[in-house]
Amino acid sequence: MSRVAVSGWGRTSPAVGTLDDVSTESEIVARLHSSRAVIARGLGRSYGDAAQVSGGSMLRTRISTVGPIDERGVVLVGAGASLDQVLNVCIPQGWFLPVTPGTRQVTVGGAIAADVHGKNHHVDGSFARHVLELRIVTPRGVATISPTSDGELFWATFGGMGLTGVVTSARLALLKIETDQVLVDTQRFSHLDEVMSEMTRSDQNHHYSVAWVDCMTRGANLGRAVLSRGEHARVNEVDSPSLHAPTTAKFKVPFVAPNGLLNAGTVKTFNEAWFRTSPRLEVAKPKTLSSFFHPLDGIRDWNRLYGRRGFVQYQFCVPERSGETVRRVIEHLSSSRVTSFLAVLKRFGPSSPGPLSFPMPGWTLALDMPIANTSLPRLLDDLDELVLSSDGRIYLAKDSRVGPDTMRAMYPRLDMFLDVKNRVDPEHILTSDLARRLDLVGA
Amino acid sequence: MQDAFGQPQIVVVLGGSSDIARALTRRLCASRAHTVVLAGRNEQLLDEARSEALGYGARHVDVVLFDARDPFDAGRTVNESFDKAGGTVDLVVIAVGLLGDQERFENDPALAAQMANVNFTWPVAALAQIRNLLVRQGSGRIVVLSSVAAVRVRRAKYLYGGAKAGLDRLCLGLADSLEGTGVSLHIVRPGHVRSKMTTGAKEPPFATDVERVADDVMIGLAERTPIIWSPGILRYVFFVLRHLPAPLWRKVTDGVDR
Repeated sequence: MSRVAVSGWGRTSPAVGTLDDVSTESEIVARLHSSRAVIARGLGRSYGDAAQVSGGSMLRTRISTVGPIDERGVVLVGAGASLDQVLNVCIPQGWFLPVTPGTRQVTVGGAIAADVHGKNHHVDGSFARHVLELRIVTPRGVATISPTSDGELFWATFGGMGLTGVVTSARLALLKIETDQVLVDTQRFSHLDEVMSEMTRSDQNHHYSVAWVDCMTRGANLGRAVLSRGEHARVNEVDSPSLHAPTTAKFKVPFVAPNGLLNAGTVKTFNEAWFRTSPRLEVAKPKTLSSFFHPLDGIRDWNRLYGRRGFVQYQFCVPERSGETVRRVIEHLSSSRVTSFLAVLKRFGPSSPGPLSFPMPGWTLALDMPIANTSLPRLLDDLDELVLSSDGRIYLAKDSRVGPDTMRAMYPRLDMFLDVKNRVDPEHILTSDLARRLDLVGA
Repeated sequence: MQDAFGQPQIVVVLGGSSDIARALTRRLCASRAHTVVLAGRNEQLLDEARSEALGYGARHVDVVLFDARDPFDAGRTVNESFDKAGGTVDLVVIAVGLLGDQERFENDPALAAQMANVNFTWPVAALAQIRNLLVRQGSGRIVVLSSVAAVRVRRAKYLYGGAKAGLDRLCLGLADSLEGTGVSLHIVRPGHVRSKMTTGAKEPPFATDVERVADDVMIGLAERTPIIWSPGILRYVFFVLRHLPAPLWRKVTDGVDR
């Protein structure tokens, strides 16, 4: 097998190893027995080093069938299917994914490994809550697991970043929809405090809710934001109800942009233009599912805009009582004049039982920052401290930089996870660059 | 594993008791390095370096003894260092060198050979095994301490400069050979560095100190600069010096060395 270099979506720290396509469970079993280091890799949308293993074998699961949907909306999907493929089958039949992250370009396996969340986490929880059953290949064999059949392994797999085994399929409970439209309320706020109090007050009344925050403004405009909230439109609520599958990307970033294209000046200008063109207040405006849920999917390879050196995403969550930390983080960023693209702010509902699952009831903020100046590593270390002191944590699917001690402090149930991992993978075959960085390989 | 900013966690330092190596190790431990293997000749100095690394935040620091006068031992030294590191080695620093006493060494075949062994042959042998292990790993970086003395060799230090020149050129080729393997190599070219190696030597212009060199290496690692000059201005100074006619070059360097 020839070696290739791969990296996460942030395009930092590439790994050189083999990319091996597998289309049956027995092939995966064979790989787990013949390689020293194996990790599953889907569409490479985790930002850091989660889906890569230097010097090892990265398995691309080619099991991507989307089965028939039964009358209750339960469907069996191959772990290698992208959410885009799943939606292409589901939407025309009047079903939708109960949880979808900001992109359709992740696999079902990846969505499980990261236990992804969407704009409805505050009411519907993370991906785990809607999965009834998994098929998983571990070095100990193939198993069908559910909350009642090896629940420990089942929950450890959600948020387990692929380290508990290679998932081959999952049985999902879908959400019934009547149209492919979402009725969206949009509201502009000139200060972070205003948007946060509005979200605290009324998010519960909305199925979907997310705020885009400008982290480069200060003073009276600190954290100005645009809040967007939506509900699936019913047949009688739109002019021409339809159920069309999402369209494919119209634009593509053709090459890697020069370093520094996204700098303090250009990003500030973009943020300004975006804020000014957003409506002050707009109610029940119909939008397509893809423009509401996956706006960035309209531009393929947008990560190339960050240049050769790539970028980091910093996403953290803090408990309800620590909303103040969100404000302190944004103050810290804006006063250090860090270039950061629009940040995403949202409220989380209850956690899933996964020991490494990210969401906790409270707030989450996600920031994109180009790798540009040498002060960024220290600044992010400062943010880690702020987050840790509020009993918060960072999202492993986005992370590319914390160290093992910080991670352990952020995930107090780590040992529970490692116990499960050691049980199913006693020889530590399942590993990734992320696992090595965070000492999750097992002991 | 190194993180998105290229900050290493597991580090092997060959020549770990040298002043530059120690300054660099302190910085690495203060950022993300938790496991450090220090290899060197002087056990006492290595122990000092070891406590220092622990003090700066490393969790595991191990020591390996070797003598750079014996190139046939380089493979063993590298293997033992990697074994003690116990995981994916993110960074290997080669800070092995001997400035020597040119006037005493230049007419002595044994001592001249020793200069070549310590400054060139041992590092080359070590690099062969490092390359082997890192390429298999599919990741990792190598930092080789060269010198501006390698850019144009001057008569007063030709044994040292000549050996470093060989190492420097070899590393340029080696770095190219690593394209696509996930492994990369940085060459560090400091000017005159005030350290125990240069105590008593006459100080040329643009002299620097170990702390400054270590800072420049840290920045070079973060920015993935293939050739790290310290101080940075020497890149331009030596662009000029490299092209001076020989008589003028001798005149300039004699002004420094005599």
